[in-house]
Amino acid sequence: MKLVKSRLFWPAMALVTLLVVNIVVNPNFARITMRDGQLYGAMVDILRQSAPLMLVALGMTLVIATRGIDLSVGAIMAVSGAVALTIIDGSGDPDNVGTVAIAIGVAVLVSLVLGVWNGFLVSVLGIQPIIATLVLMLAGRGVALLITGGFITTVNSDPLSYIASGYLTLLPFAFFISVAVIAVIALLERRTALGMLTEAVGINPEASRLAGVRSRGIVWGAYIASGVLAGVAGIIYASNIKAADANAAGYLIELYAILAVVLGGTSLMGGKFSIAGTVIGVLTVQTLDSTILFFGVPSAQSPVFFAVVVIIVVLVQSPRVHAWGRKVGAMFRSSKETPRDGTPPGGATATSAPVATKPEHKEVSA
Amino acid sequence: MTADTEVPPIVSMRGTTIEFPGVKALDGVDFTLRPGEVHSLMGENGAGKSTLIKALTGVYQIDSGTITVGGRTQTFDSTADAQAAGISTVYQEVNLCTNLSVGENVMLGHEPRRTFGIDWSGAHKEAARHLGSLGLDLDTHSPLSSHSIAIQQLVAIARAMVLDAKVLILDEPTSSLDRGEVEQLFDVIRSLRDKGVAILFVSHFLDQVYEISDRLTVLRNGKLVGEHLVGDLPREALVTEMIGRELDELAALSTVADRTINRAAHPVLRAEGVGKKGIVEPADLDVFEGEVVGIAGLLGSGRTELVRLLYGADKADSGTIAVRGKKAKIHQPRHAIDSRIAFSSENRRSEGVVADLTVAENMILGVQARRGWLHRVSKAEQDAIVSEYMTALGVRPADPNVPIGNLSGGNQQKVLIARWLAMQPELLILDEPTRGIDVGAKADIQRKVAELSAQGLSVVFISSELEEVLRISQRVNVMRDRRKVGELDSHDVDLDGLIDYIANAEADAPAAAQKGA
Repeated sequence: MKLVKSRLFWPAMALVTLLVVNIVVNPNFARITMRDGQLYGAMVDILRQSAPLMLVALGMTLVIATRGIDLSVGAIMAVSGAVALTIIDGSGDPDNVGTVAIAIGVAVLVSLVLGVWNGFLVSVLGIQPIIATLVLMLAGRGVALLITGGFITTVNSDPLSYIASGYLTLLPFAFFISVAVIAVIALLERRTALGMLTEAVGINPEASRLAGVRSRGIVWGAYIASGVLAGVAGIIYASNIKAADANAAGYLIELYAILAVVLGGTSLMGGKFSIAGTVIGVLTVQTLDSTILFFGVPSAQSPVFFAVVVIIVVLVQSPRVHAWGRKVGAMFRSSKETPRDGTPPGGATATSAPVATKPEHKEVSA
Repeated sequence: MTADTEVPPIVSMRGTTIEFPGVKALDGVDFTLRPGEVHSLMGENGAGKSTLIKALTGVYQIDSGTITVGGRTQTFDSTADAQAAGISTVYQEVNLCTNLSVGENVMLGHEPRRTFGIDWSGAHKEAARHLGSLGLDLDTHSPLSSHSIAIQQLVAIARAMVLDAKVLILDEPTSSLDRGEVEQLFDVIRSLRDKGVAILFVSHFLDQVYEISDRLTVLRNGKLVGEHLVGDLPREALVTEMIGRELDELAALSTVADRTINRAAHPVLRAEGVGKKGIVEPADLDVFEGEVVGIAGLLGSGRTELVRLLYGADKADSGTIAVRGKKAKIHQPRHAIDSRIAFSSENRRSEGVVADLTVAENMILGVQARRGWLHRVSKAEQDAIVSEYMTALGVRPADPNVPIGNLSGGNQQKVLIARWLAMQPELLILDEPTRGIDVGAKADIQRKVAELSAQGLSVVFISSELEEVLRISQRVNVMRDRRKVGELDSHDVDLDGLIDYIANAEADAPAAAQKGA
């Protein structure tokens, strides 16, 4: 029972169900083969391909926890990729690790500056987050195009390709980037007081201010983190396609990131957030993406398929749907046991039907 | 059924139990409401009054027990179910649409229809009839927002009558009404009672409870303590039943005000000419070590506004503040906190509690914020703070891991006071710390304030309850019309004197007033 009440139970159930459905339909989905000491298979691909979304969604989690939203992540990805690849392209030696490292460093720095800009608009000027980040969302891709000179910059650079396609012993390198970022954020949020203070600011900004919380810094920091993570995501993306495509990089990723955050059980109202939940949410979204390929859904129909599955997943997680489910179950049971009767002795009607809706805390805590 | 029932009850709750995580909000409570009576539900904050009402109105579903309304066992799955069974509620904060007209509010959802749409003139006529039956003569076309809270409440009752309520629940209906308005409300309640409506009344004001009620049901800690006819239960007995102990302690508090304060040293806080244009006129205020300084005045007299300036919650545009003789720049709450000043806001919900965080997290929030995010308050420190203040303030339930939103108002207030005390302030500003909380919690908080000031803590205490201000402060600042009009030694003045002073004292600017006229 305690397990069921855990915040992560339903998100995890959704992911597991999705995986099971895939395996049942096509057992190949579960197959993992070893070649040259490296693992390959559909599930390994999910881990690899989920890296950009993972980073963006983790940043988004922090921003959403402060009652904000960051629509500019896709555009920041495009800028970051454009910056990095333009530098590599312009250098004489694209295969030089040092060059690639500098290019990545500069790209991440630019992303950081963009995050600072977003955070400035929101935390200092007090502009609504959706509007503040819309500015960059619209302008960012233009900036990226400007950097690449209006072309899709392509490079052949082994160190760059390694980021998205390479393996570190058994598993893809990109997966280790995800793991490292998850670990850093989880440690930062839970080992320091950042997580609690972020939640306090998200739940009740005014009470937090009066309690002396430096909410400006916390909100600002969340946007900076989101910007930096989007920047890294942009590099992974560019590494994957070996090109900086200002229009396609991170296209609509802000919405998928928001979806992953919500699937993971973090409320868009801000406040309580769950890093583990977001991780599960990202894997769910990515698995669904692979499912579409795996099932061979025609690409024209894939958005509809995607939407239908998302609706089902969301319904399965809804406390209200759970309550209805229990009620229907109880009605079914009691109609089997006793023939319908207005007032059974001993108040059986009230005791047999478990509680439907309670204040939300009952679902959330435990 | 018990023996004293001449009339069959309209509502009968038996063995009602509701559990929240870590809290048994109602524990096997029996409650009986008969037609044509005014029945008061009494108990401290957290006793289970609100929970019982929410069970009866379908907001919460009960975990066990039965609810019988009009002889039929009911399971309310929603408030609509309860309304259909004839149970209507008028809440403390009126839940009507203030932007609609009075008539629309009264008839909302029950407008008479014509072949084409709503018969508005008929609707307004019927609304006027319902209002008239409550002795109200209002323009039904006027927007609801143009009327006082008192009138809005009566409109809400009229609306309940349209729904043909057999049971009317009034939850703290009088908390924002003046005396005349309360009388008007009571007249309406009596006339409804005489028509056979069963009325469930909840109020913190004992006078009003004794004036209007026929019967009392007392709850404590989610359990039923007793049901009495009003005549059978003197007030002292009621209070004892509510809090489960004698109230002598409060009397003992009055000795606190007699302590002598050393006013030779620098005051902990000295404000000179602190004000903000259009908000509060420049005022002076001193607080010495171990002193409790009261601020008395009506709601809106500028008392909250003044202390918010002292704390930096709002930025003052004139005056200076000195802390222990040193000039202090207080533009933000953090500046005040650095000067060891703490401020507990009157708006517990919007400016105090962080609802989804636990009691423990709420308690350490201030300490944590002061340390910064890098230096986390360790589990051991947290446990120490929690265990110290949980018992010192008597927070119930004594479970630090419950979300604070699950606690009653009085207990939330105690947690907030703990948050500030944990920061070891030298000056604690308490704005209405006892509003909307019950005798027991009130006594706990007053006792704690007295105790702390005896240990050297300075306190600024704001309360609408003048007895309370007089009882625990050494000096009382009086405010009116956004201006400090005077300062009294609480030995030199009694309650009537203070009321008189608040009403009549002329500040040093009567000439200006005359010039204006």
